[in-house]
Amino acid sequence: MKDNTTKTGWLGLPPLVVGLSAVVAVVIFGWQFLLAESELEVLGLVALAAVAGWAGGKTGLTGSLNEAMRGHGRAMNSAIMIGLLAVIGLLSEEHFPLLMLTTMLLYMTVALGLNVQFGLTGMVNFAGAAFFGIGAYTSAVLTTHTAVPPLLILIGGGLMAAAIGFLLIVPVVRTAGHYSAVVTIAFGVLFKTFLEVNDVLGGPQGLMVDSMKLFGWDFNDGPQLFGIEMSFYVNYALLGGGLAVLAFMLTQRLERSWLGLALDSVRLDETASACFGVNVVRAKVLAFTFGNILVGVAGALYGMMISFIAPNSFTFADSLLMVSIVLLGGLGSLWGTAVAAVIVVLLPEKLQILQEYRFLLFSGLVILMLLYRPQGLLPRTVRQFFPSWRPQR
Amino acid sequence: MSDILLEFEGLAKSFGGVRALDGLDMSVKRGEIIGLIGPNGSGKTTSFNVMTGVYSPTQGRVRFDGQDITGLSPRQVYEAGIARNFQRSRLCLPLSIFDNIMIGNHARVNNGLWFNLMNRRGLRRQVEDGYAKARDLVAGFSSNLADRMFDPVGALPMIERRRIEICRALVSSPKLLLLDEPSAGMTHDETAQLMDDILAVRDRMGDLSIIIIEHEMGVIERLTDHCVVLSYGKKISEGSYAQIAADTEVQTAYLGVD
Repeated sequence: MKDNTTKTGWLGLPPLVVGLSAVVAVVIFGWQFLLAESELEVLGLVALAAVAGWAGGKTGLTGSLNEAMRGHGRAMNSAIMIGLLAVIGLLSEEHFPLLMLTTMLLYMTVALGLNVQFGLTGMVNFAGAAFFGIGAYTSAVLTTHTAVPPLLILIGGGLMAAAIGFLLIVPVVRTAGHYSAVVTIAFGVLFKTFLEVNDVLGGPQGLMVDSMKLFGWDFNDGPQLFGIEMSFYVNYALLGGGLAVLAFMLTQRLERSWLGLALDSVRLDETASACFGVNVVRAKVLAFTFGNILVGVAGALYGMMISFIAPNSFTFADSLLMVSIVLLGGLGSLWGTAVAAVIVVLLPEKLQILQEYRFLLFSGLVILMLLYRPQGLLPRTVRQFFPSWRPQR
Repeated sequence: MSDILLEFEGLAKSFGGVRALDGLDMSVKRGEIIGLIGPNGSGKTTSFNVMTGVYSPTQGRVRFDGQDITGLSPRQVYEAGIARNFQRSRLCLPLSIFDNIMIGNHARVNNGLWFNLMNRRGLRRQVEDGYAKARDLVAGFSSNLADRMFDPVGALPMIERRRIEICRALVSSPKLLLLDEPSAGMTHDETAQLMDDILAVRDRMGDLSIIIIEHEMGVIERLTDHCVVLSYGKKISEGSYAQIAADTEVQTAYLGVD
């Protein structure tokens, strides 16, 4: 069957045009949103985004965007990466907006990891912040006490989180049901207490973390370009963006593979999967470890960026916030996770009134979501192993 | 190669004080369709679960294709060549038809982490092969269904779901297919269609053996070469459908004593 590439989509425009315009719109919006100072301005932008999202959904914009991602995957992915660079470039002299942007990108990486565990495999991880903290503490200890190259320390943070997660989950995976939830709740709560009484790791005061250094280039020095001094957060935003993009690509490839299918089948019916040759224990351990590596690497970079960490940054409440990103975005939906990370991380930072009530707000939002739209903001679609592949009939 | 594909020897399974299977002997020849019948709770599904490794037997042995498979895990039993469907449809409803059938193909694809994440070209070849295979199987049942390979299974009516379950079991080319009440939840006409489908599958697949659990005696009469009747975990009769239908002990087990 010959593929009809001149298909028109939203408002009669070709999908690629719709897709690229959407990227440009999001870049301008993100730039303005991160710079917005007054609460009124922020509220206006939020309202604008909500209306645009709602109207887009009603008029078939999402379908057109899906079509653009399917038919022009490479162009769209490049556009999104260039768009991210553009936002960083536009904000290159602003410390605080860049810090928020990078934090959001790191939380996105975390939530992608949790989505592999929860959304694909059905194992809830209520210790996201604890594994994030393990990554951060690993980078604190290694940057200040050893001469390990910082890039390796990032990987070390991921491996540490994965190793501790492995020890935690191996006794549990043989049981069916929600034991992973129970065990990770206990671990998430204990982690903070453990840090507070542990003097070697700084106790309640926490630890200093040395900055990221890449081939002799210290990330805490702002880069200079054409004589303009930029914020040093530009470095972290670029690295954080690279990490988020890498995490997204790996997660997407995992979902679009035989392994992703095995994880889905384990979530939906463990017994039946085993009867069809799926190694349930391997699938669960693999998903949990994969997720924790992403969480740990993000944590290690987070530590280097904020240069000072304390047990209070890795509480059980933070873990719940991370899980709520996954639930809001839609279980198993990677784009949903990306969008929800923006909402959950940036909204309370921008609306200081919300900051205090953010746990209340997001728990309420999650409950409403589960009641009225359990598939999430951007529901996951049926798996396309190769989106551009249209099989012969 | 022996003529006998599967053999039970004094198979027993207890749950606490309940003896769900109580010393069952049974054998299945290659290419044969066996009907496994008996009143509710007589141990039919339990025998499937013991055979496929979901439960390990309390006593007795299961021999399959010259190999002792007693106590193996469900995965090992599957790899040995026994595939099944379930009494209540156990498809993954949010997943596509293609995905569901490919779960059955799991043991035959490369499940390495590196391969799946990094070797997209190799993966693509396997996906295309899998698609061709799955589509052929589905097209054998219904060409309409074969054009909807990427639709979620949850949107399909019961008979189509049963067909997909059978395709999922057949995609690995098993030697023995276990069907647990394939007619459950279907209308009379659908049941008749599904019987035609099963007979067509047998004709296509040469020496595939099938064990079928069924309460619909019309199905048993039409499909099976040989029947085994269970009651309270014991075999009370076996023979052709005509023979067991005439057996007074079988009538007593089903209908009670006057």
